[in-house]
Amino acid sequence: MSFEQLAMPLFHRLYNFAHWLTQNRDEAEDLVQETYAKALKGFSSFEQGTNFKAWMFRILRNTFLNSRTGLKAATVPLDPAEEDPALPAETQTPETILIDRASREIMQAAIEELPVAYREVLLLCEVEEMSYQEIATAVAIPIGTVMSRLSRARGLLRQTVASKLQLRSAP
Amino acid sequence: MTHEVWTAKLDAYLDGELESSELAKLDSHLRECPACAAEGLRRLQWKKAIQSAAAQRYGADPGLRERLQKKISRDKPVRHWWPAYAVTMAILLLLGGIAILREGSRRERNNRVVSELVDLHVSALASSTPVDMISSDRHTVKPWFAGRIPFTFDLPELQGSPFELVGGRISYLEQSPGAELIFRVRKHQISVFIFQERALPGRLPNMGPTDARSFHLETWTHNNLRYFVIGDAAREDIQALSNLLKSQV
Repeated sequence: MSFEQLAMPLFHRLYNFAHWLTQNRDEAEDLVQETYAKALKGFSSFEQGTNFKAWMFRILRNTFLNSRTGLKAATVPLDPAEEDPALPAETQTPETILIDRASREIMQAAIEELPVAYREVLLLCEVEEMSYQEIATAVAIPIGTVMSRLSRARGLLRQTVASKLQLRSAP
Repeated sequence: MTHEVWTAKLDAYLDGELESSELAKLDSHLRECPACAAEGLRRLQWKKAIQSAAAQRYGADPGLRERLQKKISRDKPVRHWWPAYAVTMAILLLLGGIAILREGSRRERNNRVVSELVDLHVSALASSTPVDMISSDRHTVKPWFAGRIPFTFDLPELQGSPFELVGGRISYLEQSPGAELIFRVRKHQISVFIFQERALPGRLPNMGPTDARSFHLETWTHNNLRYFVIGDAAREDIQALSNLLKSQV
């Protein structure tokens, strides 16, 4: 398959992910364009039959980390316990089912607040429905770290959403 | 197990990442434990909520897609010929190298076999009992091998030829048993070795009269049996005895 046939169907997904990372329309557009340019240039080195989607997301993510916003985001310190794959999962999941528009906005705001390292694995898992192995390839981290970051991201998200919901329901 | 142990596995379970053995255990626990089942359901709804909030959250400007499409069509990746050429050349060189090594190894193997046969021939002649079975009658020699070697063979009629059958013995080449027949022509003795082809290392080439350590040798294969005729008799004698054997088989 040609580069165009493989890459163009991923356009909307890549853009959505880029916007989630950059939190800015112009930067997201630049990031996507640069990703496609790099991928096109490096396509001859892409090993046919391997995971093209993970490869594209990896290029986008690396390009982002080298951008000004990305460099800034990468300096946010993570919880040192995040490398521990045996991290216990949070057991308290807010009862409220987030289906209404206001709740969705709360969820979106909570995802935006997540440090990039957690946000990216959460989005790749929940939105892109990548396997842990694919996420490990895209983000270039071991599977154990994918699992611990995912666990931490979910825990933080639950906490943030719960506190935002509490604030909303407060008189 | 406590609820915490089970709920710790719920995320991997809902992500489709739990191993089948654990999956079956958790499945069965969820059927029996309403608390864990409720937590599983909450997390599933939570996943749906994240998907709903994050997927297609941001839509790109349609112009961006168009621009990218045009750029990609214009700058189609050109696969440079030279890496492919270099790879092809490297493969050819490698194959060439392998062929040379294989040829070298094949030649070495053949030399080893021939050398071993010469030794067998010389040691048989040097032995005080060069044959285990002394008889010039092919109808006596051939049955003697029955049950002693895992195959059978035919011997030619020697009447009218300069060759005389002296007898036979069991011989071993590469640890495989075979027949060694000793013929006499004038004052020379010739050994005829017969082995199963599959018991020998690799596939030996058929060879017309060949010199081997001042002996003459001829070898061929027929009916999965490998024949070697070796001796210090004249080349013509080796060839003549070989032809007699071939005519028989």
